Amino acid sequence: MKSITKQKPFDEIKGQLAGFDRIFIAGCGTCATMTKTGGVEQVLEMKSQLQEIDKLVSGWTVIPIACDEMSEVAMKENDRAIQNSNCVLVMSCALGVHRISTYIDRPVIPALDTLFIGVEDTPGYFHEVCAQCGQCIIGETAGICPITACHKGLVNGPCGGTNNGKCEVDKEKDCAWTLIYERLKAQNRLDLMRKYQPPRNFQASPRPRTVKIS
Amino acid sequence: MASSFKEVLNSGKFVITSEVAPPKGTNLEKTLRHIELLKDKVDAINVTDHQSSVMRFPSIGGCLAIKEKGGEPILQMTCRDRNRLALQAELLFASSRGINNVLCLTGDAVPVGDHKEAKGVFDLDSLQLLKTVRLMESGQDLGGNDLDGAVEFCAGATVTPEANPIEPQLIKFEKKVEAGAEFFQTQGIYDLDNFAKFMEYARQFPVKILAGIILLSSARMAKFMTANVPGIFVPQSMIDELATVPKEEMLNKGIEIAGRMIAALKKDSICDGVHIMAIGKEEVVPDILAAAGL
Repeated sequence: MKSITKQKPFDEIKGQLAGFDRIFIAGCGTCATMTKTGGVEQVLEMKSQLQEIDKLVSGWTVIPIACDEMSEVAMKENDRAIQNSNCVLVMSCALGVHRISTYIDRPVIPALDTLFIGVEDTPGYFHEVCAQCGQCIIGETAGICPITACHKGLVNGPCGGTNNGKCEVDKEKDCAWTLIYERLKAQNRLDLMRKYQPPRNFQASPRPRTVKIS
Repeated sequence: MASSFKEVLNSGKFVITSEVAPPKGTNLEKTLRHIELLKDKVDAINVTDHQSSVMRFPSIGGCLAIKEKGGEPILQMTCRDRNRLALQAELLFASSRGINNVLCLTGDAVPVGDHKEAKGVFDLDSLQLLKTVRLMESGQDLGGNDLDGAVEFCAGATVTPEANPIEPQLIKFEKKVEAGAEFFQTQGIYDLDNFAKFMEYARQFPVKILAGIILLSSARMAKFMTANVPGIFVPQSMIDELATVPKEEMLNKGIEIAGRMIAALKKDSICDGVHIMAIGKEEVVPDILAAAGL
């Protein structure tokens, strides 16, 4: 499982940094390194891009795992450079941005957009397979989540936009329900597709979602 | 022809429906003209619901206009733009105003339309919407509460007889039948042999099937639809037939083809009726009917 991110357009980053002349950059050694959005290389590239627009980079770090308490350690280790900055530009997913914001008093600016939680199918190809909806039905859909894989999140079968196994929004995208159908058919379990799925409970776990493990 | 659509469906006559698209704006002139033109020539008129995900005057507004003119409207409702509260509220409103036919649709995807950054709702799907109609007729809402005044609808749905693969589509068709669909208006069909095979299968279910007839206005349009519109397949012989006539004659050829298909479907009692979609050329629907000998 990886938190998949994409760097924001540089103009947007520049806009967020308006009024901040001294910047500390924090990357992440886990997901953002694997997706090449917040590893050492990208952090150094960001550093030179910022210097080109006359920003002073007071320091940088790549936190091994930005979304856990390692961020606190990293912030303490870099306290001097952070105190010497106006803000921290974070090149991790939003979980890391959130974490870091709880440990320092400087404004925290995200350099990345967090897209989805995905798996790496083939090297460099990340794919969303779960929308974390809180009501898993993939036992009835041959392991393929229609909430995620179907553009409309339909749970009762394909819409009329399916065409030769592809989706109406993108001819390259597989129709989730054709995939589900083919797998269920191969498993001789098409009866599951005939089952009526009632309207989903969108408040199964109301936002913001929390769990306390005792 | 403003007798209730349900009565017409069950009368055994060959049913004719067509559709109008509301305007993008408040100028209803063209839509009203089309309603005026069609209301006495067809058994009911569908009003599209932001078709192709393009924002327009609402379907329910078009249906009210049809009622005001003494026609029989079919309210198209997609699940794309409203959650279950809004869908149910609209069903209450429609029923209270004598709009008693509803076509339950999933709805096209948001990115194909003109508000590409909008949120696609899909709180319910077409099947769940059909069930909701039937539930509300029993005097309850989806929250399990009693309604003060129930609704009453003749509820329909769609099916794509040319879908590939076809079996997932048929599974959903059967689920729609079980959910209480009384009639189906199909995606446009052109290959009557294929359609007859579909009808052999569909005849086992207690529903009325109206074949979708989309007017072909040119050979280019026929090719484009075959290549790009899910579930549409225009046979090459039909494309060639259109291509044989000069450009300015193509529309007339398309009218002739549509009329010929309708006449054949009726003559051999292949299905229960047709749903004519003229897509922007509603003024020629009477010509199509004339070409069909109706």
